Amino acid sequence: MDKPVNQRAWILVLPVVVLVAFSSVIPMMTVVNYSFQDTFGGNEFFWVGLDWYRELLQSERLWDALGRQILFSVIILLIEIPLGILVALCMPKKGWTASLYLVLIALPLLIPYNVVGTIWQIFGRSDIGLLGRVVSDMGISYNYAQNAFDAWVTVIAMDVWHWTSLVALLSYAGLRSIPNAYYQAAKIDQASRWSVFRYIELPKMRGVLIIAVLLRFMDSFMIYTEPFVLTGGGPGNATTFLSIDLVKMALGQFDLGPAAAFSLMYFLVILFISYVFYTVMITTDKGEAKQ
Amino acid sequence: MEWMAWTWPTALFFAGIAVALTVLALLHMKYPSTARTGALGIETMRGDRFFIALLGSAFINLAWIGLVDAPQYGALIVCGLFALCVFRWV
Repeated sequence: MDKPVNQRAWILVLPVVVLVAFSSVIPMMTVVNYSFQDTFGGNEFFWVGLDWYRELLQSERLWDALGRQILFSVIILLIEIPLGILVALCMPKKGWTASLYLVLIALPLLIPYNVVGTIWQIFGRSDIGLLGRVVSDMGISYNYAQNAFDAWVTVIAMDVWHWTSLVALLSYAGLRSIPNAYYQAAKIDQASRWSVFRYIELPKMRGVLIIAVLLRFMDSFMIYTEPFVLTGGGPGNATTFLSIDLVKMALGQFDLGPAAAFSLMYFLVILFISYVFYTVMITTDKGEAKQ
Repeated sequence: MEWMAWTWPTALFFAGIAVALTVLALLHMKYPSTARTGALGIETMRGDRFFIALLGSAFINLAWIGLVDAPQYGALIVCGLFALCVFRWV
């Protein structure tokens, strides 16, 4: 049966178009305009061409922040994805304990970003914080405000605490969608626990894991509030990630032109990575649909 | 609109994008695009190839600014060639 074509249905899309225009397209156009100009306030702008881009691309500041950002995202993914899968595998499959675990696991996700930063700021302090005090009493030198390594460990621990739950919940949903027949077949074949995971659970979770990787990568790549509240980007610039550096430039120094150029380059990197992930997701879905 | 700090070059750039999108939409109505698998091994439609060409062009321009000490129109020539390759082989 042929589907009727009704072009008037496009009118229904109009509210979204207007919303996206005001929330994304118009601000984006403004940022592009700013990136080619300089301003000293008073809504006066002076054309500088590609100067801000040239200056930023040749500055160590941008590359250092980008390097820290990529390192942070890679570490986060390497920890949170396997840990989230492990948590999901250990969770009860049914009964009231399953519901209880789900609620408990979801709790960190409900806490606002700045509160998470504040919790860990206090938690890590060696004078009043439980973590800082215990670690110091064990004879380990630990001070996230003065030592770059300690700051990194704390920021990573905070992110793992905050976001592993998301990976665990997605993995759990993936695991629950596997029909019981697969497990029964594995039992008949006397498959080991590892084989069940490797050949049944992991392939069946592939779709949700790609979404988990995408979400965690994008979120960690744009992280701002938690490390800013915890370390303020320090000590020195040790935990100054791209977004923290961008805010410092735009609001701290009020360099709107360079900040706009910075934003656009940051956006392009995120857009590129998102497109790659999106393409992988679509290709995977199509591959699964064909099977 | 003063707060948006418009300039002629940026206005022309966005107008160009808008015209390109309109042309693509009209082309799609007249000659609907079909998906094909090209050099990247992914299925692409005409709009996908346009997006890849635009995104790639942005990176080519940035690379040109950062690495090449030559006028920027050189990057535009490279972008044109890149776009041709994308539409032909991707």
